Amino acid sequence: MEKHILRLKVNGDEYEVYIHPKTLLAEVIRDHLGLTGTKRGCDTVSCGACTVNVEGKSVKSCSVLAIQCEGLEVTTVEGLEVNGKLSQIQRAFLDNGSYQCGFCTPGMLMSSTAFLSELEGKKPSEEEIRESIEGNVCRCTGYNSIVRAIDAVAQGKYKEE
Amino acid sequence: MINDFHYLKPASLKEALAMYAQHDDCKVICGGQSLLIVMRQGMLAPEYLLDIKHVKELSYIKFDDKDGLRIGATTTHREIEKSDIIAKKYPVLVAMEQKLASIQTRNWGTIGGNLAHADPAGDPAPVLMALKANIKFGNEKGDNTMPLDEFFVDYFETKMDHGDLVLEVHVPAPEPKFGCAYQKFNLLDSDMGIVAAAAAVTLNADGTCKEARIVLGNAGPTPMRVTKAEDLLKGKKLDDKLFAEAGQIASEEAQPVADIHASEEHRRHVLGVLTKRMLKKAFEQAQKAA
Repeated sequence: MEKHILRLKVNGDEYEVYIHPKTLLAEVIRDHLGLTGTKRGCDTVSCGACTVNVEGKSVKSCSVLAIQCEGLEVTTVEGLEVNGKLSQIQRAFLDNGSYQCGFCTPGMLMSSTAFLSELEGKKPSEEEIRESIEGNVCRCTGYNSIVRAIDAVAQGKYKEE
Repeated sequence: MINDFHYLKPASLKEALAMYAQHDDCKVICGGQSLLIVMRQGMLAPEYLLDIKHVKELSYIKFDDKDGLRIGATTTHREIEKSDIIAKKYPVLVAMEQKLASIQTRNWGTIGGNLAHADPAGDPAPVLMALKANIKFGNEKGDNTMPLDEFFVDYFETKMDHGDLVLEVHVPAPEPKFGCAYQKFNLLDSDMGIVAAAAAVTLNADGTCKEARIVLGNAGPTPMRVTKAEDLLKGKKLDDKLFAEAGQIASEEAQPVADIHASEEHRRHVLGVLTKRMLKKAFEQAQKAA
């Protein structure tokens, strides 16, 4: 089967990779680009550990064909920090202890980043915050601290450094 | 492990239909949120995969007071969920989408792909059938529109032949004195329904039932209407006793199978309860509606 050249932009950088069309977006990100922050948990669209943002919208990269992202802009957890500084939600996760084993964290950060950017300044309810991470499983069950971190950013407690 | 395939990327709908007609062992991918799972399980291993995700002509939401709602096949679930006009005119569709899988899946998965996949546990079909939706599909030679009621044939099978693509879903304009409700029964909000029920009620000016529609999800090989229960309600002044009777009929008419999630008996019971509750909810909405 013939390989294809895929051009896409990841965390602001242009890449060209030479892939079989069956290659998943998660495989391109981890195996071809070496960006291993994105995790593969269940590989069945269930756990959300592989969440990345495509054109600002969260998707589960274990179940998206990379070749469908031709010309699109992808953001992974490595792309959240700007000029060496952590983003607001990353700092809020640190301050609120929103990590236990850390495996779900990249996916949680990507889902909450998309959610916060879609809010456009509106203040979400706790229910809306919980819904925003419904596609992400934390197997340590540390949801409350994650919800607190998202809420802190939504309430405007963090500023861009 | 996904088997290798040749990748076909048409630039337009016309090209997509031509490519599909030319390749025999070919499957269509749009969001692939269902397809990639079955391909990974090795249940499908097509030689060609036709990618229509970026066929822009099929991505739209249009509404007209007379014509109703038209949703293009490659419109994502999330676009439906976030549509102001759908929230205003067909709130039940937004409520359904909010509980369909996860945000990530809704961001990439499409309405056409969901319906073409024809999983009897899918959420959109029962609601759309309750709303009297039509589906348009077509191939190189022409297209075909039919009520969604008639579209599903069996588990994961539809009336579409090789070469056919889902093109559009059409929902008629909302009627006066109309209500529609949907609920699935599951353990996690973002899961597929163990069973589900949609109900729609239209009332006459005197408050009696003009028409009722009841559609069950994951209660058999296809989403199924319970016409026997619908007929019971027609022309009557609706009350809790009738809703319970309709629920009982739905429970009896359903053809659920047992699996790891629930026994057949349990499914029948829940289908009865959901039918009763959704009818009541739809009825109360219809009473309040203009």
